[in-house]
Amino acid sequence: MNEQFRTSDLSIAVSPHIGTRVSMQADAVKVRVRNVNAFYGEKQALKNVSMDIPARAVTALIGPSGCGKSTFLRCINRMNDTIPNARVTGDITIDGQNIFDPKLDVVQLRARVGMVFQKPNPFPKSIYENVAYGPRIHGLASNRAELDEIVMSSLEKAGLLKEVRDRLNDLGTGLSGGQQQRLCIARAIAVSPEVILMDEPCSALDPIATAKIEELIDELRENYCIVIVTHSMQQAARVSQRTAFFHLGELIEEGDTAEIFTNPRKMQTRDYITGRYG
Amino acid sequence: MSEVRASEANSAAPPAAGHWHSASHHRRLKRRYAADRRLRMLGLGAIGLAIGLLGILIVSLVYTGYVAFTQTRVELEFRIDPALVNPEDVRSGNFRSVVRQAIFEQFPEVTNRRQQTQLARLLSPGAEWIVRDYVVAHPEVIGQTIKLMVPVADPYDQLNKGILSRDVPESQRRLDDEAIGWFDTLKQRGLIHTTIAWELFVNADSRFPEMAGLAGAIAGSFLTLLVCFLLSFPLGIAAAVYLEEFAPKNRLTSLIEVNINNLAAVPSIVFGLLGLAVFLGFFGLPRSSPLVGGMVLSLMTLPTIIIATRATLKSVPPSIREAALGIGASQHQVILHHVLPLAMPGILTGTIIGLAQALGETAPLLLIGMNAFIPSVESIGFFEPATALPTQIYSWADSPERGFVARTSAAILVLLGFLIVMNAVAIYLRQKFERKWS
Repeated sequence: MNEQFRTSDLSIAVSPHIGTRVSMQADAVKVRVRNVNAFYGEKQALKNVSMDIPARAVTALIGPSGCGKSTFLRCINRMNDTIPNARVTGDITIDGQNIFDPKLDVVQLRARVGMVFQKPNPFPKSIYENVAYGPRIHGLASNRAELDEIVMSSLEKAGLLKEVRDRLNDLGTGLSGGQQQRLCIARAIAVSPEVILMDEPCSALDPIATAKIEELIDELRENYCIVIVTHSMQQAARVSQRTAFFHLGELIEEGDTAEIFTNPRKMQTRDYITGRYG
Repeated sequence: MSEVRASEANSAAPPAAGHWHSASHHRRLKRRYAADRRLRMLGLGAIGLAIGLLGILIVSLVYTGYVAFTQTRVELEFRIDPALVNPEDVRSGNFRSVVRQAIFEQFPEVTNRRQQTQLARLLSPGAEWIVRDYVVAHPEVIGQTIKLMVPVADPYDQLNKGILSRDVPESQRRLDDEAIGWFDTLKQRGLIHTTIAWELFVNADSRFPEMAGLAGAIAGSFLTLLVCFLLSFPLGIAAAVYLEEFAPKNRLTSLIEVNINNLAAVPSIVFGLLGLAVFLGFFGLPRSSPLVGGMVLSLMTLPTIIIATRATLKSVPPSIREAALGIGASQHQVILHHVLPLAMPGILTGTIIGLAQALGETAPLLLIGMNAFIPSVESIGFFEPATALPTQIYSWADSPERGFVARTSAAILVLLGFLIVMNAVAIYLRQKFERKWS
């Protein structure tokens, strides 16, 4: 029996893009996930997750701590491979290409699928070197001029160029928290990824820096497929077009952000969103 | 949501009023402070004991050794008689006679052959080489009279420094009254000077303590450590990187790790035996050469470097690795471009400490024969017989001349000096680089 939830129950500010329904046509799906299970040794972290992630939109993954959102995120760029006793089964395709194919070069995959971590982690090198490292190892620039171009445009897109233009040789670790995170985003976009994964990118930042990053995400979504894990439902509502709710390793509900926050289908989703638990 | 049960509510209540001011609480507090004080005293006592023992060691070394840093010399006039020294072939001139004449001139009353021989022994046997080297360098002085300072022989050096006692009856003394009389006369004439003994650092080893120096030992130790470094540094880092980054976590890897840790505790003389049997016996490498010495020492330094490198690699924050992996770097790129540069300070510290340990190792070097008698510095090379600082100390400690007693202590002080400098460099590097990247 479907309960009708009153909108007054939900005191969440919904995204201004509430009218923009992301059309889920087949060719707009960037990442297709089918029946993914993930294990850390004996413990099962993801149970049979299936979802479609659209291109050129922001998809938010929400849920209480330990529900598997980060594990799911790390499956998409196979970062779980680096954990000794982690095992992932199932199918994930990006643009139709299976990422678990043994012939696929995982290093290249990680260049196409960038990641921004919870705690800003710039390399202990200069700001220029931080951004230039990726293009250099992937051979994206054939000479210094091209490399400069890539570095400048990445910093520009990340909204950092104005602040660091005259100190590109300073240590990246000398910037403030918000600037460091934007540097990490610049570093990720420097290799021209198709998908950007963000694992709670603002949780270590103050509200002003958070607002700047959210603005940046909004600008980036026109060109990249972004998947963001967030603990803050307000952030998910502000920033994303699609939302997926995870709980104890299962994907409970998934859909347009506006729908999830005003008219969730499952009771668990409603309970979480209204703050009854988690 | 949980309900608060009655019992839980009681245990959550604060203690009775006045608890913190009661007499029993004061007693408790006093006992606690006393225990704090005892712990602090124990720590201070332990440190005091350690420093005290170290102080005794250093003080006793300095006490016996400081005399070796000065040398008694006599200033004489040497007539370079052209009849004795041929300008065509200066090197083979009869400098012995030149020197004898110079000392005889000071005591013209000495005519007895036996007494003359005794008088000539006042000067160091090395005096003639010192004069010879001077004339070879300045051939224009042939035919002239020059003033030079030459070292006195060891017994007179000891006499001047007060180590040789004058109070002992003559028959038990090293120098008889006549000899002491000559020396005192020279002193009254103001010809005796005590100056810094540069020979200690510049000369190679010698039978005569006043001419013996550490140059050969320092050069030998340097070459040996160089070979040790060139072998153990790359091998150690590569092994540690493999074990830390690439090796699968299975039984074989654990076995290797256990063995490496054990190697670090093996007595060094065992490595000497290994060097003797395998490097010298089986491979037939040159005996007592810095090459073999370095190879044996590198066997000992390898475990230290591997363990230090692994510890440093483990301490590199995983966030850096993840960031590099996330951007699409392969494993070897992550290690070479990010992890190793960050780990380098710790690795260098471990290496310097390992090398400092290797510098002081004596037993393995003795077993491969690295206490050769090296009388000249020119013959030092990787494949030539050499000696090292610790083995030189061992040789000198065995020598009967009094002069070598002080020199042994002086050599130990020099070795300790090198060790302190190396460890200080290690600490400085570690502090400087640790602050930089964190």
